[in-house]
Amino acid sequence: MDPIREAMLHPSRSARLERRGKLISFLCIALIVLVVVAIFAFVAWHGLATFFENKINLWDFLSKSVWSPAVKDAHGNPEVGALPMIVGSFGVTFLSAIVATPIAVGAAIFMTEISPRWGSKVLQPVIELLVGIPSVVYGFIGLSVVVPVIRHVFGGTGFGILAGTFVLFVMILPTVTSMAVDALKAVPRHYREASLALGGTRWQTIYRVVLRAGMPGILTGVVFGMARAFGEALAVQMVIGNASLLPQNLVSPASTLTSVLTSGIGNTVMGSLENNALWSLALLLLLMSLAFNLVIRWIGKKGEMK
Amino acid sequence: MDAKRADKLMTGVLYAVAGLIIIILASLLGYILWQGLPHISWHFLTSPAKSFEAGGGIGIQLFNSFYLLLLAMLISVPLSLGAGIYLAEYARNNWLTDVVRTAIEILSSLPSVVVGLFGFLVFVLQFQFGFSILSGALALTMFNLPLLTRNVEDALRSVSFDQREAGLALGLSRWETVTHIVIPSALPGIITGMILGAGRVFGEAAALIYTAGQSAPALNFGDWNPLHVASPLNIFRPAETLAVHIWKINSEGIQPDAAAVSAGASAVLIIAVLAFNLLARWLGNRIYRKVTAA
Repeated sequence: MDPIREAMLHPSRSARLERRGKLISFLCIALIVLVVVAIFAFVAWHGLATFFENKINLWDFLSKSVWSPAVKDAHGNPEVGALPMIVGSFGVTFLSAIVATPIAVGAAIFMTEISPRWGSKVLQPVIELLVGIPSVVYGFIGLSVVVPVIRHVFGGTGFGILAGTFVLFVMILPTVTSMAVDALKAVPRHYREASLALGGTRWQTIYRVVLRAGMPGILTGVVFGMARAFGEALAVQMVIGNASLLPQNLVSPASTLTSVLTSGIGNTVMGSLENNALWSLALLLLLMSLAFNLVIRWIGKKGEMK
Repeated sequence: MDAKRADKLMTGVLYAVAGLIIIILASLLGYILWQGLPHISWHFLTSPAKSFEAGGGIGIQLFNSFYLLLLAMLISVPLSLGAGIYLAEYARNNWLTDVVRTAIEILSSLPSVVVGLFGFLVFVLQFQFGFSILSGALALTMFNLPLLTRNVEDALRSVSFDQREAGLALGLSRWETVTHIVIPSALPGIITGMILGAGRVFGEAAALIYTAGQSAPALNFGDWNPLHVASPLNIFRPAETLAVHIWKINSEGIQPDAAAVSAGASAVLIIAVLAFNLLARWLGNRIYRKVTAA
């Protein structure tokens, strides 16, 4: 057959390569989606078993405050009240966000408005290094510095929500700061010029104009930090005291969803109620991280419309 | 208070806040290095850990950390390259791409302990890999994939569109344009991101406790056959990493010198992460200079 005709009728080497490349890259992305779906399916399957197989009341699970799945109460029902962990998790998350936000926003303003040169030369690397420090190292410092100091000042064991807040505050500080910096940098320059031209001082410009315009981005950063704090496991587990009790105050031993998971899942048998109850906690963790995601999207949408 | 006074005051406050952050980092690094460096010796870095007596080292944990990192990067780098290429070059603007992006976003925000538990369920129990390096590497891959993918996508997108048009105008297919033109010019960004990802993986512990395990059996460093049980290269042996070791001796260890060992190990971990950071900057700049002839 005519070689030219032959070549025209079949896809070229280049076209075959193109198809193969596109297919391979598509398979990679499909794999990621598959992993996400599988994570949700597996965790939900095990986590829901507590409610469907072991017939635990969902409301009891969320609102009762005694957590000892191996023991049965007076009515013969296992005691799986996750409230202490839920309170602990939300407690450390909100407190650390409350402490971290003003400092992070202050640092971001310093880096974008007051001294960009110092900001990019000194603070930027400092923040990148803080992000890089592994969480177990934060936990170790919490254990060997923060806990003894709290014990010394407030009495008690030193373990508890306050120690967890301190550790998490330092952990989420760089996350919130760098996202706040991005938000403030995105505020158009002519906003500032307009305010200065009206006779506003630098602080008035920052407070009345730049911060207002950058607010959606800053909030996104704060929620990101909260999501990170909520999901952090080891550093918190090392300093929170790991007592599944409702915390009496900020310095009494407490626990979070993640701390119970890390210390518990290895000591229970797959398929038992103790184990299923832990998977329910994991499911709760998963749903909360999803909720944080939704909040971030919602803020993003709100910010866009302005 | 008049506006000028308020301005001066707040400027002072902002300087103080910036100083505070620097002090926090300096005291963190200072504490770790000051506590840890005196314990670091050749013996500490190479000898195995001891469970009940003082004087143990971190040799096996250190090797495990690097080996696990290598395996995890071997799996996640090609996958994230493929996924990043698809998102940057092929993905159309439709609902399917939206779903994919949302999935990646969710995966990147999942708590690492949940990723670890999923790895435990699937790789350790379902696939019966047991507590092993392989399970650990796969869990780390899941943890690392979304961030690396986003990094690859961003790096590819930052390449100007003229470059692609030039490639296509020369008769290259899209795939050839990507592999021969776009990837080489995006290489500095990709490599910087990969090294930073490696630093993150190196310090990760929560995803490994229930996948790579919490025990470090003795290794025979004279035996490099990957099929032997005591071989360092065996991927089916449990492998406690440095970060897991720090957690373990602090939460349930009974060594008399637990504080000293964890201070030393923390210092090694921090130094490694710092090295990854510096390497990422240096290599990124160097490759950038090389490919752009700047």
